[in-house]
Amino acid sequence: MALDKIGIAKRIAQELRDGWYVNLGIGIPTLVANYIPEGIEVEFQSENGILGMGPFPFEGEEDADLINAGKQTITATKGAVFFDSATSFAMIRGQHVQLTVLGAMEVSQNGDIANWKIPGKMVKGMGGAMDLVASAENIIVAMMHSNKEGESKILKKCSLPLTGVGCVKKVVTELAVLEIKDGKFHLVERAPGVSVEEIMSKTEGDLVVPDFVPEMVF
Amino acid sequence: MNKQVKNVEEALLGIEDGMTLMLGGFGLCGIPENSIAQLVKLNVKNLTCISNNAGVDDFGLGLLLQGKQIKKMISSYVGENAEFERQMLSGELEVDLIPQGSLAERCRAGGAGIPAFFTPAGYGTEVAEGKEVRIFNGKPHILESALTADFAIVKAWKGDTEGNLVFKGTARNFNPMMAMAGKITIAEVEELVPAGELDPNFIHTPGIFVQRIFKGEKFEKRIEQRTVRTK
Repeated sequence: MALDKIGIAKRIAQELRDGWYVNLGIGIPTLVANYIPEGIEVEFQSENGILGMGPFPFEGEEDADLINAGKQTITATKGAVFFDSATSFAMIRGQHVQLTVLGAMEVSQNGDIANWKIPGKMVKGMGGAMDLVASAENIIVAMMHSNKEGESKILKKCSLPLTGVGCVKKVVTELAVLEIKDGKFHLVERAPGVSVEEIMSKTEGDLVVPDFVPEMVF
Repeated sequence: MNKQVKNVEEALLGIEDGMTLMLGGFGLCGIPENSIAQLVKLNVKNLTCISNNAGVDDFGLGLLLQGKQIKKMISSYVGENAEFERQMLSGELEVDLIPQGSLAERCRAGGAGIPAFFTPAGYGTEVAEGKEVRIFNGKPHILESALTADFAIVKAWKGDTEGNLVFKGTARNFNPMMAMAGKITIAEVEELVPAGELDPNFIHTPGIFVQRIFKGEKFEKRIEQRTVRTK
């Protein structure tokens, strides 16, 4: 069965490693923080200026001066630190953050990503996404395999305005884990009960399928 | 040097039609809300506003948009404001969207005497159109120029009469860089203390970057996305 959003977040959480600083984007990526594997320590950076982002506050303890990049009220963990936006992006551009997880409207087989604009329709701005994807060594995209009309978002070439070029290395969808290398998608894992055929039919880009494709393990 | 002014009216003296303003804040967090209210009162028009966001419909910079006071907006993310989207799509409002890190660094550069810098952010996207590209360490970068403003308006938690500023939590965001980049920088603070009361070891923005400081009359500090967990 295809994963739900929580399933995608849980699978991405398996990629976390002890000692990493991690930037989580808005949407599914935010959920990853709820599923940190036991026995490891990671610290979350939010680009509006906090390292050591904790869970949402209890009711009545919200602080207008303490939000994440999605403008949600948050808490700070022990050892947290606040800083200005230039310092925050120095951490990001300077590759001091080990993992970036973000959503996408489209990805292409050469690692391009589009997630900030639908011409004539939605113009919200790129926020920090262009800085994040241009610099991060390790980017995981959390997204749905196809759009509401059933059209694949895993493409040969992105049709929407790009956020970054050749930067995505791994994609986790409700159906599969894909790696991008040598200008192609490589099928690494499939969601429990999802067939290779279904993934192939919903992937517009070139997809390399090995003889054996393991199921995700939770 | 005493930078204290009496009130918001005195602080904003000299702001005129057609000027470029920087306004600190991320979302509604750390915005100079007293000064924004005064800009509405002054009804100055044709402003170019440099601010990470554009407020929401009825708060923050959204108030200036409602009064059609803004000619051009330079921001990184404007998603929470329906009036903004309407004015932009209809062509009434000029908009320059730039990556958040580039926006922060362009303000910092403007205040630090660096006219331009190369960054990888935006390479290969429409942000790079018309900009010089150069390869460093095998990777393409684009040339981004510094930003400055006629007035920078920032909000801090505490300040002293010397103009030294201390911010709280994530309300710091763009405020320190914008303070550096204003020809005249106005700081509104929640608490204004005499010089000597702030520990010099814990000041975030040195007073040299601030020309006018005043205690804001009222801070609503509206929360944009109230999210809580249950006990």
